[in-house]
Amino acid sequence: MKETKIISRRFDRINPVSLDDYLKTEGYTGLTKALKMERISIIEEVEASYLRGRGGAGFPTHIKMMGLAKETNLPKYIICNADEGEPGNFKDKALLEKDPFAVIEGMTIMAYATGATHGFIYIRGEYQEAMSIMHECLKKAREEGYLGKGIRNTKFDFDIQIRSGAGSYVCGEEFALIESIEGKPGRTRVKPPFPTEKGVFDKPTVINNVETFANLPVIINVGGKEYAKMGTPTSTGTKLLSLSGNVKKPGVYEIEFGVSIRDVIFDLGGGVKNDRKIKMVQLGGACGPVIPEYMLDMMIDYERFEEFESKTGSGAIIVIDDRFDLFDILLKTVHFFEHESCGKCVPCREGHTQLELLIRKFNKKEATTKDLDSLESLARVMHQTSLCGLGQTSPTSIIASLRFFRDEYIDRIDHPSNL
Amino acid sequence: MLLDKILEKYPQQEDSLLEILLAFQDAKINHFISEDEVRQIASYLHISEAKVCSVLSFYTFFRTENKGKHVIQVCGGVPCHVESDFNVAKTLEKELGIKVNETTENQQFTLEYTSCIGLCDEAPAMRIDDKVYTKLTPNKIKAILAEYRVYM
Ligand SMILES: Cc1cc2nc3c(=O)[nH]c(=O)nc-3n(C[C@H](O)[C@H](O)[C@H](O)COP(=O)(O)O)c2cc1C
Ligand code: SF4
Ligand code: FES
Repeated sequence: MKETKIISRRFDRINPVSLDDYLKTEGYTGLTKALKMERISIIEEVEASYLRGRGGAGFPTHIKMMGLAKETNLPKYIICNADEGEPGNFKDKALLEKDPFAVIEGMTIMAYATGATHGFIYIRGEYQEAMSIMHECLKKAREEGYLGKGIRNTKFDFDIQIRSGAGSYVCGEEFALIESIEGKPGRTRVKPPFPTEKGVFDKPTVINNVETFANLPVIINVGGKEYAKMGTPTSTGTKLLSLSGNVKKPGVYEIEFGVSIRDVIFDLGGGVKNDRKIKMVQLGGACGPVIPEYMLDMMIDYERFEEFESKTGSGAIIVIDDRFDLFDILLKTVHFFEHESCGKCVPCREGHTQLELLIRKFNKKEATTKDLDSLESLARVMHQTSLCGLGQTSPTSIIASLRFFRDEYIDRIDHPSNL
Repeated sequence: MLLDKILEKYPQQEDSLLEILLAFQDAKINHFISEDEVRQIASYLHISEAKVCSVLSFYTFFRTENKGKHVIQVCGGVPCHVESDFNVAKTLEKELGIKVNETTENQQFTLEYTSCIGLCDEAPAMRIDDKVYTKLTPNKIKAILAEYRVYM
């Protein structure tokens, strides 16, 4: 199995801050074509491509575009979510640093199609390098008439500002991000209304992931139908993966949807370091499920991932070999979420403290059958009743481990530490 | 004054708050925001001091008390954890003679954990101020610290 380099085709082959290099490699041909199309036809191409959001949840992009296009409360905003705070994810960083103009072009196409005039790129504060690259590229695009007033001698105005995160993971969530751009603490809002009606500064807003935007120039260039031939019927196109952990060649890889996780780990990643055995693989990042070795033949596509009811689709694959203990990993994960909870709703604010206590008991071999029941029900309650995606998805690794690694829980109960 | 100079660059709107705080904290030598400065920022933006404080306490980047000249942040993410055959935090603790969340007596270094910083494919990773260091080994850590001690 080999990579399918579409979104990553310019990586390490051009000078990322050179607009000339970008133009020489088909850069801005998507926008040029789009500017000659009817706005609605652009959205129809995206519909035909069946592009789904690359930030994790996999929501069809054209629905959001149409939602924004029909709003009349001006100005309209689009936001590129470059917060990438999910542990184990670094593919958006690669896009921002290695093909920044593609992200800018994608945002510009989206703006044109939906009638948005203002854009933000919200970049996590830790990504200093990406931020300075983006600043430079935005300046160049402005100078050459690819951003600003009357883009490419049309009547279309659009510009982009960069906003920096300040070390808060939950700000990747749509409404938390919007609050953060407004200069407030990043606490989510109750939905509805959805951002397409009332988003940033209470104006219609669409938020998409970095990679989602980078797909738009490709779709306009090759056409939606042609694009949809790649991948699987429910998950079209390609996906950037962040492969990390105990593999020989970690890094960012691009595959067509439908490839198996095993092929990614062994063909692209070169297998496990020192040829150890795989204990588990965490998908999507801290909010994703842990799966055992025997499930690695699972295909990478949204339909398979939906089973886990999490943001598994961001494309992180973290390989963990058999030297590691399940409960150590779970403890680290819970601890992370406990720290990042914004405290707005009870299930998440209180739940993580309890989860940590329970996992710690299993870690120390002090747990009972009752603890197992408590853990199971608590994880489900948090998943079902938390206000935003953080608390809804944070118990995913625990829920998955209760399913796939149940033996280990039972073993800890049957063999307490004092025996 | 430094703060005046920075404030000047931003429109007097609430949504400038984070940008101002980030820029100011970065420019200030001991990298923290004092009560007086909170007052000044609030009055510039025509918002309450409580609003500024709520932002300061929400985001982990912001500091309201003095820290060391250099802040060392060790990545605590799972990918870094499984790719370290030595304990990065413990090594730093030993080298610096402090524990995580403490500052050295000479006010040179503060040691902290951070969540994943997106360098998992070059694990283990850490940040010192705005610079990142990857593929750490015990000796590499010693060499990096030596550089900071001697030159910075
Ligand atoms: C706690 C939390 C953190 C998130 N972090 C990110 C992120 O860093 N990047 C991202 O694109 N989406 C993130 N999301 C998902 C966004 O809320 C949103 O679904 C996404 O940006 C939509 O873009 P897409 O449709 O292009 O995927 C996060 C969601 C939650 C609940
Ligand atoms: S689920 Fe957690 S992060 Fe989300 S609103 Fe509730 S407390 Fe805040
Ligand atoms: S886990 Fe350390 S950089 Fe990602």
